Amino acid sequence: MKDDPILKVDGITKFFGGIQALSDVSFDVHEGEILGIIGPNGSGKTTVVNCITGFIKKSAGHVYFRGKDISRKPPHKIADMGVTRTFQIMRPYYSLPAYKNLVIPLFSPRSKRTGGWRGGGRLGDRNTVGIDILEEIGFERDSYVPYKLAATLPTGYLKRLELARCLALKPEIIICDEIFSGLSMSEIASMVPLIERLQMEGITLIMIEHRLRELFRVTDRIMVLNFGKKLIEGSPKTIMANEEVKTAYFGSQNVEEVMDHA
Amino acid sequence: MTTAIQQQRKERIDRGIKVRSDSIYAVMSLRELSYLGLPRIILIVGMLVLPLVVPSIYWQRVFTICCIYALLAISFDFLAHYVGLVSLGGAFFVGTGGYLAAIANTSLGLPPWLTIPLATVVGGCLCTLLLLPCLPLRGVYFAIVSLMYPLFLARLIEALDILGGTDGIMGIDSFPNRWVEQYSLIVILLLILFGVRRLVNTDLGLVLRGVMDNDQAIRASGISVTFYKSVAVFIASSMGCLSGAFLVHIYMWSGISQFALDFSIIPIAATIVGGGGTLAGPLLGCLLLVPISELLRDFGTLRIVFYALILVAFIIFRSEGLLVYGQRKYHQFERWIKI
Repeated sequence: MKDDPILKVDGITKFFGGIQALSDVSFDVHEGEILGIIGPNGSGKTTVVNCITGFIKKSAGHVYFRGKDISRKPPHKIADMGVTRTFQIMRPYYSLPAYKNLVIPLFSPRSKRTGGWRGGGRLGDRNTVGIDILEEIGFERDSYVPYKLAATLPTGYLKRLELARCLALKPEIIICDEIFSGLSMSEIASMVPLIERLQMEGITLIMIEHRLRELFRVTDRIMVLNFGKKLIEGSPKTIMANEEVKTAYFGSQNVEEVMDHA
Repeated sequence: MTTAIQQQRKERIDRGIKVRSDSIYAVMSLRELSYLGLPRIILIVGMLVLPLVVPSIYWQRVFTICCIYALLAISFDFLAHYVGLVSLGGAFFVGTGGYLAAIANTSLGLPPWLTIPLATVVGGCLCTLLLLPCLPLRGVYFAIVSLMYPLFLARLIEALDILGGTDGIMGIDSFPNRWVEQYSLIVILLLILFGVRRLVNTDLGLVLRGVMDNDQAIRASGISVTFYKSVAVFIASSMGCLSGAFLVHIYMWSGISQFALDFSIIPIAATIVGGGGTLAGPLLGCLLLVPISELLRDFGTLRIVFYALILVAFIIFRSEGLLVYGQRKYHQFERWIKI
């Protein structure tokens, strides 16, 4: 049972007009692991996420979640099964306060089914559960922050809010699309333990990142994309040693030097 | 004396009683209670008293028509500012509701208190079904399709000579007397106004506002955007059909003029004048615009010119809308508090 991958991506291909954004990308994700996806700009990382979660239609290929084909399902059905994602460009509900942002996923059919919104008491109250989740993810409970409009929150909080939206659904997989980008060093430093805690809670994670130092610290396995093709897959050590990856991505033979600048 | 003043400062009343979020208040005195309650009480009492104080039966009828338009305007405001769908379908909803009530009354012989709820629910379903194809799309498609249907249906009735053709359906039952007609409409209008205000602040209302803000995030939350859009369209079109059903029982006649674009355009103008997103604003806008257009009848053909000038003046000088302006001023009321 443990050997069966929780998510199996089988030869997905995507054409945008005449441009091939992805060609025959396949990989497996096992339950409880963290898979990192790296690659230069425009190599198709976000397209992979969009294809898995159904936000764009694949030209060819299949995605299996726990052995079930989810290739042709609409995005809300895929999220309903527990395959959730964050957006690289944050998409909160700007006109709503932060905690009300979480009332919406807590209203979803999945949340009703899993009982995720039932915090206190039998009937539960989505507002308090929302604030609980925000506290868990690093919003200070007794400050005004959870009550502020999302439009007034700084980037660090919005990234956390993206993750909180996934957590509200009690997900099985979270696909994080550049969750560290645009954050300060101290903000990243406080995010890393959060990611590690999610893994300990049994959530499978796929992380798309440019911050290699932090990514290599948390991931078990890394996949490298280049021009829509899978270059290599393996442990962080083998990736760093690989010549092809060095020329395609790091652009320099001295990996340590690049990582210091990253 | 000076020391006494220094120990006080001014504070906005609403800041003083608001606790963190918009929906929670800490009310400690009668004054604070009346600060919150007074606008609502003025609205309710005003609406109930107005038919008694207007000078003639003619103006009473104008007030009834105001209420009909107000229902449409609230439905427009709800869709536009809480779901993000710009609807030009007022005429579509009124026509559908009106014809359904007329058929139920003349063919099936049902009394008004049955035809109106029937037309409301069945009409709401019918309108939602017909508008369903454009709901998965973002952008102007909803506005275009909702504008197309009333034109389409009016021409269809005219060309095929069905449902009474150009003569319309006559001999529809009226209400027992004008007081029943007037007050049932006012009570329903107030119930709908406060009901919709409550709805947009429930969790369902939040999802609808989320659809407006960011439909991709709604999808990523495992919620079907099309389903919730159709729920919203059902609510709004039911309100429109209700007003249409009322209208045919008031006029005792149903014709293709129920598909006239007035029913689409005047509610939008009223929403702009009254203040979009406030729900009570469109009601206020109707109470202003409909009587103004009646008063301008003395000018004959120049009526529309003056009407347009008034609208333009509103847009230039109070583009936010009367009620939004009034609300802001009301929230700025201050009181002295001890430090």
